[in-house]
Amino acid sequence: MQPLLFLTLLLLSAGAYYVGRRRALAVAGGHIRNLHSLPSFYGSYAALWCGLPALLVFALWAVVQPNLLVDWVVAGLPPELRDLPPDRLNLVVNDLKNLVGGNFVSSASDPVMVEAAERYRQLRAIGNTALWVVVLSFAIAGTAYAWRAISPAFRARNRVEGVVNLFLIASSTVAIFTTVGIVLSVIFESMRFFRQVPVAEFLFGLQWSPQTALRADQVGSSGAFGAAPLFAGTLLVSAIAMLVAVPIGLMSALYLSEYATPKFRAFAKPALEILAGIPTVVYGFFAALTVAPLIREIGSALGLHVASESALAAGLVMGIMIIPFVSSLSDDVINAVPQSMRDGSYALGATKSETITRVLLPAALPGIVGSILLAISRAIGETMIVVMAAGLSANLTANPLEAVTTVTVQIVTLLTGDQEFDSPKTLAAFALGLVLFVVTLILNIIALRVVRKYREQYE
Amino acid sequence: MNKATSPNGATPPHERDIKTIVNAGLARRHAAERRFRWYGLTAITLGLAFVVLMFANIINKGLPAFWQTYIQVPITFDAAALDPEGQRDPRALAGADYNALVRAGLRQLFPKVEGRLPLRALSALVSTDASYDLQRRVLADPQLIGTQQEIWLLASAAVDTFVKGNIDRGLEEANRPIKDNQIDWIDQLRAAGKIERQFNAVLFRSGDSREPEQAGIRGALMGSFFTLLVTFLLSFPIGVATAVYLEEFAPKNRWTDIIEVNINNLAAVPSIVFGLLGLAVFINFFGLPRSAPLVGGLVLSLMTLPVIIIAGRAALTSVPPSIREAALGMGASKLQMVGHHVLPLAMPGMLTGSIIGMARALGESAPLLMIGMVAFIVDVPKSFLDPATVLPVQIYLWSDLPERAFVERTSAAIMVLLAFMILMNGLAILLRKRFERRW
Repeated sequence: MQPLLFLTLLLLSAGAYYVGRRRALAVAGGHIRNLHSLPSFYGSYAALWCGLPALLVFALWAVVQPNLLVDWVVAGLPPELRDLPPDRLNLVVNDLKNLVGGNFVSSASDPVMVEAAERYRQLRAIGNTALWVVVLSFAIAGTAYAWRAISPAFRARNRVEGVVNLFLIASSTVAIFTTVGIVLSVIFESMRFFRQVPVAEFLFGLQWSPQTALRADQVGSSGAFGAAPLFAGTLLVSAIAMLVAVPIGLMSALYLSEYATPKFRAFAKPALEILAGIPTVVYGFFAALTVAPLIREIGSALGLHVASESALAAGLVMGIMIIPFVSSLSDDVINAVPQSMRDGSYALGATKSETITRVLLPAALPGIVGSILLAISRAIGETMIVVMAAGLSANLTANPLEAVTTVTVQIVTLLTGDQEFDSPKTLAAFALGLVLFVVTLILNIIALRVVRKYREQYE
Repeated sequence: MNKATSPNGATPPHERDIKTIVNAGLARRHAAERRFRWYGLTAITLGLAFVVLMFANIINKGLPAFWQTYIQVPITFDAAALDPEGQRDPRALAGADYNALVRAGLRQLFPKVEGRLPLRALSALVSTDASYDLQRRVLADPQLIGTQQEIWLLASAAVDTFVKGNIDRGLEEANRPIKDNQIDWIDQLRAAGKIERQFNAVLFRSGDSREPEQAGIRGALMGSFFTLLVTFLLSFPIGVATAVYLEEFAPKNRWTDIIEVNINNLAAVPSIVFGLLGLAVFINFFGLPRSAPLVGGLVLSLMTLPVIIIAGRAALTSVPPSIREAALGMGASKLQMVGHHVLPLAMPGMLTGSIIGMARALGESAPLLMIGMVAFIVDVPKSFLDPATVLPVQIYLWSDLPERAFVERTSAAIMVLLAFMILMNGLAILLRKRFERRW
């Protein structure tokens, strides 16, 4: 908002660092050994006192000022405007802001609005000047406080390290806040949704058509929120993906760890992992424009009816995307099986493939199951491929040649475009998000448990 | 099987039986072995084939988009039409009718064309941007007025597609976007050398457009740049700080356990859920503007954090404890030990992890759809709060458009995106190779 002020503050802090250092050397009579901490800590101490309080005030001001300004300007409006219902008043305020910003608006000729805009501009100018004065005086006062506090016995290092420590702890809680944020935002909106649509109907209903009718006689807008077809569609697409990814991924991992020469492995492993690095939107494009038409052509050559947005196309391409997940996770797991088990098997005269199928796979099974579960959770949560290649119609079918829709596709379609936040249509997206979050969380927790247990077994 | 002989020199009967049984099964077992090996090789070949196929497919589709068809048209910059007052006033120059210049130029090429419809078909050969192009040229250099110049004008998307051979001449006239008389003109222009393909600078110079020949990825690139800048500025310091705290300072207790489990779980949460979080918290609760790179960066930084933290912790654990002990032994405080010795040694590993995380953020699109970065935005964004879109979302938007010219551009945009990702991953590998230390 005020980059110049921010920059000034940074410069002042740098100055405060210098002042603090100088002060420390001065009080120590020029001999560092008289000081408790290194001079740079005294400098940092002064810089922190200069920067932090001022920055806090700055941030608080930036949040409060716009709201206060609007309140004051609205209070100055003529009563017929002031007493409008809140949403209409919002429009007026928006108009006003556009006017202030110098944009062309329809009310530009209205003298009342022009006057209000002028008031707004004046108040804003006063506010900004006040901000500069307050922030800079905080910075100077902070520096002065630090300057006074510095003495040879002053424990500057402990203070500075305390602040840094606080920053470290605060950073590590961001992850927690993110999880809390996800859970709260999804649960709150879902609760509002479930107040309008019963949970049982949402989870087990067979009819999904989220367009709510605006008029009573509108066609095709039943406003039904039975999500079972979405769950079935998600499962169908994920199942196809796993049918592709598990055999290819697992066999690749086995070949790379048991058969391949080091040279081949050094080339093939990263090459295969390229698949994991390609953005999903690229897969989506590939699925929609190359794979789907191909499948339809093959289908019609065989005399089958294939929908233009078939579950097969989306599932196949998603499977390709997941191959490296399965292969690199299983590779880790297979490599963790102790060599002694292989050697024991070879000593008994087993061939390599027998060792793999009778010794290695049973030993690595929990880990492989874990990696497959992680891959499934990845498939369920995958969005772009299905948005671009799977359809929108909620069919309850197990036929991979038909169009199905998935949970993620519906979240995207419900939430893009214009939306109001009280209609069940948009709230339904959050309910779907809740289901998605819970299911993937459970899969991940189970998978991590299984993998960890398995690791402990061989460590 | 080596010959096992018992001490008295004779082979015991049961051992002979085993030998025959084993020998009998050997061929079958070896066949199974070969089969199994072949399965493995097939699986890898399939996987690698997908990589090659996809790249070939996209390059094949996208490469032509880097060249664009231009038509050479003689343009008379008529002083009377452009600047009747002779003042060279920029405002008067900007308002002049450049379309008329383009039409006159085309008629000069084909003087025999008569009638309203054929004339309209004739001016449809060049892009609607041609008149703006002339306007820009005149504003940049008013000396042009009163001269006649041969100018290469941007051809329309239909002409471009036809010249690239993607429209079949054999189709019925009603079924192709380019008509018989236009084909005739194009052939004449080609014979006269007045049609040529030049490097498609428009693609890198302009924002989105409804007209394929004028659509570019500049806006999306700038949007991606701003979004990633926010992502990096937020996620790198916080990620490094978290990794340092968890690895070097945190006591092993319940609270840090919770944080660890949390980070591992966040790494596996579907990206679209982060979009829901962004929509509910940043846009609805905090009232930040929709479609802004700032919000996109916030959401992506929450997604990238776990990646950076996990990579950072791995880098910190690889620094041997002897370094720490030596620093502490010299009287350094714990923070000095970390800041002066451990962190610099772990930095290459942390940077590598961050670059890989940023590359992933660059390719991410699903959460950005939720926070409104899917709007049709023509202007190139100039700040963190301007409405913007990012490269992957631009690809998504273009992939929905049916014109052949857009398919081409989508593939070209994908190639640019992949080039950036290869660049970033290459940088990460280089960093790792250059600075990796084995202790």
